[in-house]
Amino acid sequence: MATIATTGNKGKGVRSDCSLTLEITQQGGIQTELISKVKVLYGESILRLCHEILTFYGIEHARLTVEDSGALEFVIAARLEAAIRQLTGEEKEYLPAMLPQNTYQTARDRYRFSRLYLPGNTPSLMINAGIHKPNGIILDLEDAVAVTKKAEARFLVRNALRALDFYGAERMVRINQVPAGLEDLDYIIPHNVNLILVPKCESADQIAQVNRRIAELKIKNNIEGNVWLMPIIESALGVLKALEIAQSENVVALAIGLEDYTADLGTRRTNEGTESFFARSMVVNACKAAGIQAIDSVFSDVADMEALKQNVLRSKALGFDGMGCIHPRQIRVIHDNFAPDEAEIDKAKKIVNAFMEATEKGLGVVSLGTKMIDPPVVKRAQRTIDLAVSMGKLSSGWRDAFLENQKA
Amino acid sequence: MSKYDKLTTNAVGRTVPQIINGKEAIPFMGVGKYKPTGRKYAPPISSCADYPADGNKVVASLRDALIRCGLKDGMTISTHHHFRNGDLVANQIFDTAAELGAKGLTWAPSASFECHSPLIKYLEDGTIHHIEGSMNGALGRHTSEGGMQGMGILRSHGGRYQAIQDGDLHVDIAVIAAPTADPFGNATGDRGPAACGLLGFALADSQYADKVIVVTDNLVPFPCVPWQIHGNYVDYVVVMDQIGIPEKIISGTTEITKSPDRLLLAEMTAQFCDEAGIVRDGFSFQAGAGGTALSIGIYFAEMLRKRGMKARFARGGSNKYLVSMLEEGLVDYILDGQTFDLEGVRSMRENNNHLNTSPFTSYNYHGKGNFASMVDVVILGATEVDINFNANVVTHSDGYLLHGIGGWMNCLFSKCVILPIPLFRDRMPVIRDEVTTICGPGELIDVIVTERGIAINPLRTDLIDKMKGSSLPVKTIHQLKDEAERICGKPALPVLSDEFIAAIKWVDGTVIDAVRKVVK
Repeated sequence: MATIATTGNKGKGVRSDCSLTLEITQQGGIQTELISKVKVLYGESILRLCHEILTFYGIEHARLTVEDSGALEFVIAARLEAAIRQLTGEEKEYLPAMLPQNTYQTARDRYRFSRLYLPGNTPSLMINAGIHKPNGIILDLEDAVAVTKKAEARFLVRNALRALDFYGAERMVRINQVPAGLEDLDYIIPHNVNLILVPKCESADQIAQVNRRIAELKIKNNIEGNVWLMPIIESALGVLKALEIAQSENVVALAIGLEDYTADLGTRRTNEGTESFFARSMVVNACKAAGIQAIDSVFSDVADMEALKQNVLRSKALGFDGMGCIHPRQIRVIHDNFAPDEAEIDKAKKIVNAFMEATEKGLGVVSLGTKMIDPPVVKRAQRTIDLAVSMGKLSSGWRDAFLENQKA
Repeated sequence: MSKYDKLTTNAVGRTVPQIINGKEAIPFMGVGKYKPTGRKYAPPISSCADYPADGNKVVASLRDALIRCGLKDGMTISTHHHFRNGDLVANQIFDTAAELGAKGLTWAPSASFECHSPLIKYLEDGTIHHIEGSMNGALGRHTSEGGMQGMGILRSHGGRYQAIQDGDLHVDIAVIAAPTADPFGNATGDRGPAACGLLGFALADSQYADKVIVVTDNLVPFPCVPWQIHGNYVDYVVVMDQIGIPEKIISGTTEITKSPDRLLLAEMTAQFCDEAGIVRDGFSFQAGAGGTALSIGIYFAEMLRKRGMKARFARGGSNKYLVSMLEEGLVDYILDGQTFDLEGVRSMRENNNHLNTSPFTSYNYHGKGNFASMVDVVILGATEVDINFNANVVTHSDGYLLHGIGGWMNCLFSKCVILPIPLFRDRMPVIRDEVTTICGPGELIDVIVTERGIAINPLRTDLIDKMKGSSLPVKTIHQLKDEAERICGKPALPVLSDEFIAAIKWVDGTVIDAVRKVVK
């Protein structure tokens, strides 16, 4: 077995991370060397933490070098645990405290306009992600993590789920492709993850495997809350199987991944999206048939906000309910353009008002002009109103003004 | 001569020396409390009989000029920093002085940059005794570690004018690098291969130094117009191949930020100004050179455009963004202290509403008023702020002196001072119990904007009232500090030496704080 392990990251441009080399020795006690830009302020506390973790794993003799670029404690702990477990094969987990504000559950049908992808092994991008208010934050264990870093990323993502404030965003993790991704679940399910993204999904069976593993982990760890699933359709086969995947248990949305899909087709992704029109329509239709949300692919030009806007508007017109993003600047544009527009809000106001009038008059049937309005239409209109209010597009006292206008 | 002597405690509770480099220094007494008496300093009277009647003051070389100026041990030589990190002149002055065997000189730049790091060898060999101006980057590090014979003195841009005008800082030889000049010594910064816009930071030097040398790489026949520097102050003119590197004259901090975190800070700051009623028709603003500050200007422009309003004036540091506001009619005037990019230089040359100002007009506290206090809102940075709103711009939390003051101190007199700063930088919390070095007393600092909340100085009850019911996350400074420490952990206090290495002068010349040597 190897006696030296190196984990983490260092070098130019690396921030809020550390690189750590651990050698387990036979004698000489614990010897540490710390190089840190925050040594004056946190040098002692970093070394104290390292000693505590080594003691936790019963390691008495080791040489440890920490090259720190301002890593928070949960990052240092993840790096050291990864090194220790790599060397010792130890299964025991050193867990940072769970922040009380990270214990919330999410509703099956909550809004999922934006979900921000964060590479699972890059702490600097995680720390402020929540303050940009995406609907969901995805800690990515799949494509954004180099193959050689997959193992240590699990510890970082796990610790982030506990110690990083998500500021109310839905807490999501993208696991690796099933079956390899099943093992990722062991590291994250016990830490209040709200939703799992299942990449390159091609069958209901893969989802069933994920559900089974989650169910086992929930029993083992005595967890009651829901863990929702968002399979990602990224292949021709996946598109054709979209309906059975959408109808699977705990699935609340399907996402589409167009980079892989177009590669699978042997074509190239264009701004017009003709090549993916069929796939996008299939996914939307499968989702609507199954009563879940359809989520569009990310838009990769982070500098072009106008093109993003046009992309969002096309996406919304096709029936999608949200979109991935890879940069916080995209969040606002995605929210603004998935949000109901003026015409939708006006229509919703009329319907909701008609419903309220009918209720006030004790009528069982809601009608607008000569048209009868079905309950699902009212429900959708009410959702539009609630959304417009929550996004600041409509005042919560809108009905007074609405009635005033009608009189005039 | 000891570096300093007679320690006392000043009005903000800091230990400061009353003797610095052998000269008396007055401890800070409070904002607006110290009022000097007497008359301003004056340079010696000159006679035209001693200068060539044909107006040709060109001499063979910088070396020749320095000899003619009577360079000798212990003199003070000043330079300006309009070439920022592209300056090629200051290093040559001290190369020449060292060749001539001069010792114990004082360098009095209006600011120093990384390009001046080669001067460290002259601090080591005794050519330069100490620096009065700023000690940035490597020079600051060297100073912090005790590598300067004398005590460093840091002043604001306005404080430098005040010190020269009042005679606190006597300049023996001023060397003014000028992008264009004539043989008489008239000089301008708005044209020439090393064009930098204006030469305002050299104004005091030209007016008050015993001897003045203009150095140029673009000599034009008399008259050089506009004459930002008057040849009537100038003793000698030196022509060189190159005085500055144009692409480095433009600082790296003058592009708007792409960082989402900084953009959020900028957006929150702009929204704060809007909700506080600051952004209105005819208002005035100043934003520094940092990426966040520049982005705030862009948000202001959007608001003004949408509402059909315009600002009356913007104080520069000018840059392409401010220039486009001027050209679009969103602001009537730019009152510019330094140009940060070539668009700024072009605009100053071509647009009569883009005015060149100096530390005298903008910042000098010992004048009959200045522009800084008339500005409605100023956006500044800081390395640290404390729970009493005192702020630091010169040292980092580990005690190292790494930045100059610039116009920062002077700008604190604006009607509303806002510091948009991240709550922590790579685990380095920005809000402390006590700042490492006080550069600005808390009573002058109104608002701290961080990505996790905005703290308003309790003294500004008017602003607190205006922000009631705002959707912005208004918190107390204690809440912000606690939040940072929850995320980063509580930082240890740096252990610093008892020895002082530099003094921070307030805008009126009194000593507001002193910087200690770091313990390695």
